[in-house]
Amino acid sequence: MNAPALEARGLKRNFGALIATDDVSFEIAPGARQALIGPNGAGKTTLINLLTGVIKPTAGQVFIEGRDVTVLSSSARVRMGLSRTFQINQLFPDLTPAESLGLAISERNGSGADFWRVAGTRPAIVAEIEDLLTRFGLEADLDQPTRKLPYGKQRLLEIALALATRPRVLLLDEPAAGVPEEERQDILAALAALPSDVAILLIEHDMDLVFNFANRISVLVAGRLLTEGAPEEIAADERVRAVYLGEDAHG
Amino acid sequence: MSVPKAPATMGRLTAHLHRRARWRWPEIVFWLAVLAAILAAPSRAAIINEVLIAGLFALSLDLILGLTGIVSLGHAAFLGLGAYAAAILASKGFADPTLGLVFGAAVAALVGLATAPLLLRGADLTRLMVTLGVSLMLGELANRNGWLTGGTDGLNFSIGRVLGLFPIGFTGQRNAALYSFAVLFIMFAVARRLAQSPFGLALAAIRENRLRAGALGIATSRRIVAIYTVSAAYAGAAGALLAQTTQIVSLDLFDFHRSADVMLMLIIGGAGYLYGGLIGAAAFIVLRDVISSATPEYWEFWIGLALVVLVLAGRERIREAPRRLIALFAPRAARRGVA
Repeated sequence: MNAPALEARGLKRNFGALIATDDVSFEIAPGARQALIGPNGAGKTTLINLLTGVIKPTAGQVFIEGRDVTVLSSSARVRMGLSRTFQINQLFPDLTPAESLGLAISERNGSGADFWRVAGTRPAIVAEIEDLLTRFGLEADLDQPTRKLPYGKQRLLEIALALATRPRVLLLDEPAAGVPEEERQDILAALAALPSDVAILLIEHDMDLVFNFANRISVLVAGRLLTEGAPEEIAADERVRAVYLGEDAHG
Repeated sequence: MSVPKAPATMGRLTAHLHRRARWRWPEIVFWLAVLAAILAAPSRAAIINEVLIAGLFALSLDLILGLTGIVSLGHAAFLGLGAYAAAILASKGFADPTLGLVFGAAVAALVGLATAPLLLRGADLTRLMVTLGVSLMLGELANRNGWLTGGTDGLNFSIGRVLGLFPIGFTGQRNAALYSFAVLFIMFAVARRLAQSPFGLALAAIRENRLRAGALGIATSRRIVAIYTVSAAYAGAAGALLAQTTQIVSLDLFDFHRSADVMLMLIIGGAGYLYGGLIGAAAFIVLRDVISSATPEYWEFWIGLALVVLVLAGRERIREAPRRLIALFAPRAARRGVA
């Protein structure tokens, strides 16, 4: 069998006396549609930061397609195929969507350090920018500064940017957070249209979205992995109901 | 990989990505006007030369501050290094200006490369202090090593002809200004190209959101080190020009006020679009000259006032003012302009 797209082995992280992540081990299969849920304060953000290399673990290892990346920086992990979106938009306010995407693409294909070539002169890159703009419905706004885009479009750009790095694994951190109802469908459609060979880990509070999207769900409680399973198993799990769904009217 | 799409999008996309590549007429007029000023006013060549060199210095700061968002309060370190390197080389008998220029830029670049890693951690305040500290240390080193630098006496030296043809210095003020102009223009064109490259775009991304830039796979630290080195080379070149065209160097080149002045120039002219440093340098030096001949003691008061007004009112708003006036009187035309 192939190596998992992403694997965490015994991940642990302390902040002083606080154990934010406690011995978390899990795998994401290639092309998986997996969700990570857990109540506020369960340590989801810390876990993402550990996986993407923003912070280093106190103990444990992270593997991308079987290769140990525990000591690598987050940008090195991106180049190895692990990309993410952010719960709070992390965009380039004064750059346009076209420029932002072009940046991510040229960085990926190794021409990001070209200093003597005017950006936008490689037909292959321009074609790929155009492809991403069209897929995410951003072509009308391609030359607008990002800060002028409506919030829903910014959320879409958030995903498009992560996808422009051609990830093998994509971590989506609450992609629909704060999106007004009328723009929500665009986000859901964009999620459904993500390439099937990219493994996706969705971190989400919205249970409708989780149960629609994921075919496997991991539950994180107080820094530990409580359980994992198919959506129907999770929905039926008494412990999950007790710690999580019980607090949430969506359940 | 992609199927043929509506050509309209493709055309707009290409036009958008290339929008800054071509030299536009205001730019051409700008450079011709500078050249014309040198040729038409030979008696003002000295002050024009000063403006050109200050402009190059401010351009070097714009590369890190305007393009990349890295603040520095010690950029005079590289101005001084470039100046002393060129001066020492000339005083040892290597008087060719081009050689000195390259040498000055190279020495500054090396020190820039060596100190750039200090800027990778911490916030703006840390960077302000680190850059300030480095410039203080270099100034003190120049002071202590009088056998090489002449100490508080500075260095006097003679300089050769540019390309073996044109004498510069006190006997050739206009040639000196033309020499500075040529160097400034070439280095500006290089910086302009750099800013429009994928590398330059990555710098803008680092300025706008370093976290996300890293999350796209951009090696942000390496980019910052690279541009800081280039910026140091630019400042070093400005220093070399200053030394060569005045044929004297002194310790005040490392002074804090040099670092502060160049920051003022860039803020006055506007950071991030490369012309700001040149315009700011011209405004700063002309203002200083006009005001200080009227009230020699208080000219800094007026510079200070101009700065406060500029920062509080916001340059954006000042630049937008004419457009808003037009919109007030011809709303339809303005709307068409936006669409």
